[in-house]
Amino acid sequence: MKAWAPYLLALAVALAFPQVFRSNFAVNFGVLVLFAAFIGQSWNIAGGFAGQMSFGHAVFFGSGAYASTLVHLKLGLSPWLGLSAALATGAAVGALVAILSFRAGLRGSYFALITLAFAEVFRIVANSVEWTGAGLGLLIPRKPGLLNFQFAERVGFYYVILAFTAVSIAVAWWLTRSRFGARLAAIRENEDAARALGIDIFREKVKVMMLSGALCGAGGTFYAQYFLYIDPSIAYGVDKSVEMLLVSMIGGQGTVWGPLVGALLLGVVGEVTRALTDAPGLSLIIYGGLLILTIAFLPDGLTQLFRSRKPAVKP
Amino acid sequence: MDFSILGAAVINGLLLGGIYTLVAVGLTLIYGVLHIINFAHGSLLMLAMFGVYFLLTKWGIDPYAALPLMMIAMYAGGYLLYRGVIGRFSHGKDENILLITLGLSIIIDNAALFFFKGDSRTIAVSYSDRMIELGPANVPLPKLVSFVAAMALCALLALVIRKTDLGRAIRAVAKERQGARLVGIDVDRIFAASFGIGLACLGAAACLLMPIFYVSPASGNVFVLVAFTIVVLGGMGSFVGALLGGLIIGLTESIGGLFLGESLGQIGISLIFILILLFRPTGLFGGGR
Repeated sequence: MKAWAPYLLALAVALAFPQVFRSNFAVNFGVLVLFAAFIGQSWNIAGGFAGQMSFGHAVFFGSGAYASTLVHLKLGLSPWLGLSAALATGAAVGALVAILSFRAGLRGSYFALITLAFAEVFRIVANSVEWTGAGLGLLIPRKPGLLNFQFAERVGFYYVILAFTAVSIAVAWWLTRSRFGARLAAIRENEDAARALGIDIFREKVKVMMLSGALCGAGGTFYAQYFLYIDPSIAYGVDKSVEMLLVSMIGGQGTVWGPLVGALLLGVVGEVTRALTDAPGLSLIIYGGLLILTIAFLPDGLTQLFRSRKPAVKP
Repeated sequence: MDFSILGAAVINGLLLGGIYTLVAVGLTLIYGVLHIINFAHGSLLMLAMFGVYFLLTKWGIDPYAALPLMMIAMYAGGYLLYRGVIGRFSHGKDENILLITLGLSIIIDNAALFFFKGDSRTIAVSYSDRMIELGPANVPLPKLVSFVAAMALCALLALVIRKTDLGRAIRAVAKERQGARLVGIDVDRIFAASFGIGLACLGAAACLLMPIFYVSPASGNVFVLVAFTIVVLGGMGSFVGALLGGLIIGLTESIGGLFLGESLGQIGISLIFILILLFRPTGLFGGGR
């Protein structure tokens, strides 16, 4: 029972938050923090738990966003069906990137760079072909309704993204307990040793990229429905890839709570800097500094500070 | 297809490629010696371009006259950056270095955005609009100057690496770190010096680029993938590779733009990057990873 306490406590706090802080500002803040935690966790599953660090996770995010939006706008179906299309597309793109890159034996920095190039290729294609709306992007008409994955009150979105985030944390927790997670940890620590133990490295890595890509694609659907607009540089731009990487690295890569802790910290830093100055960029300057300091002094991220014992799966 | 248009695109592409080469040579040197994938390379180039911009607009120093100054300043900056941050914080792990240089690029890009705002800036110099007839193409004089100067600097760099004591020490460290230490080379100093030289190339590239290009805080993003593509194409750590890679990428960009249009034309560089990494990760001239 004791092991469940932090999870239940966090869930209770998260459930109560929009009931206590009812302003649009507070709920919007909550939505954005949970959204960052969710896409951060999707990155963390591949980048943290399996050690397959990517600089271009936006390729999954953007593909999910476009998949659900196109299903909604062009086929006239509910965005909830679009969400399943986004999960499938995210997984498919994850498989594509993983099969190509891991077949070629790319690891570490090379894998990080090739994912960046994949995102760039997808961005240029989305910017050039007609059915994605090209550079103009896609505008989703505002029609609040549960079936439309749109809510008149922001709090509706809040509970949806809370559910997403809870699922992603459950997946991360499962990775710390399951055989699959143990195989990923072995791959992260030492690929050659893992292969010697009889682990099918290629298959496991493709699987984890599909899982990570599917979740990230669902993040794309949520983003599109919340802001009702996507364009190639939002969907496939470097900004999203970097945001996912930052929240998990700063919070703690390969940990269950890392992305949520990182997203909370970065959310607060973002709001404080916005209150201090109108000029853009200051919050990201601080994030970049935090990233360097984390790598220098807290390789397990901020969650390292709250922990007395070593994690079940050490990054 | 009108051949004179194609000819002009080829000439323009080669000229552009020459400057790309100078950017990529710095990156390949840093990789060849330190095995650092410097993700902040594009951002540092952007910073140097802003430096050139302000030297002209605040003090009236011509970009070409600023070249030695910028090279020295960027060398010093690179030396200190390596000593103070990159070498110290990475704990010797490849991926940490990549993340630290990513952190640096985020800081530099956003500091530029914070202080200089997001607009693109160009400079006007008296020779900006002078055109030179070169076969089928009319090319702006500064483009030609940039190309020649970039080639000269690459040759100079190759000479420094081949003939000087510093160059010998750099090559020794690149080949055999431990052995270099044993014969009395201060390896940390050579690392910092190599990083500095890599950035000095950026200082020169910035001076040559400003008369023909614009700069904005997003410029770093534009150049970083181009530079990596050239380096990967030529083979990480290979100078001749960087030279040929630069010219190929310059050609790809200008001919791709001609056939595929403004938007889709950019796809060539990313595709080359992916294909090379997938099918020939050692590049055209690399000896191995």
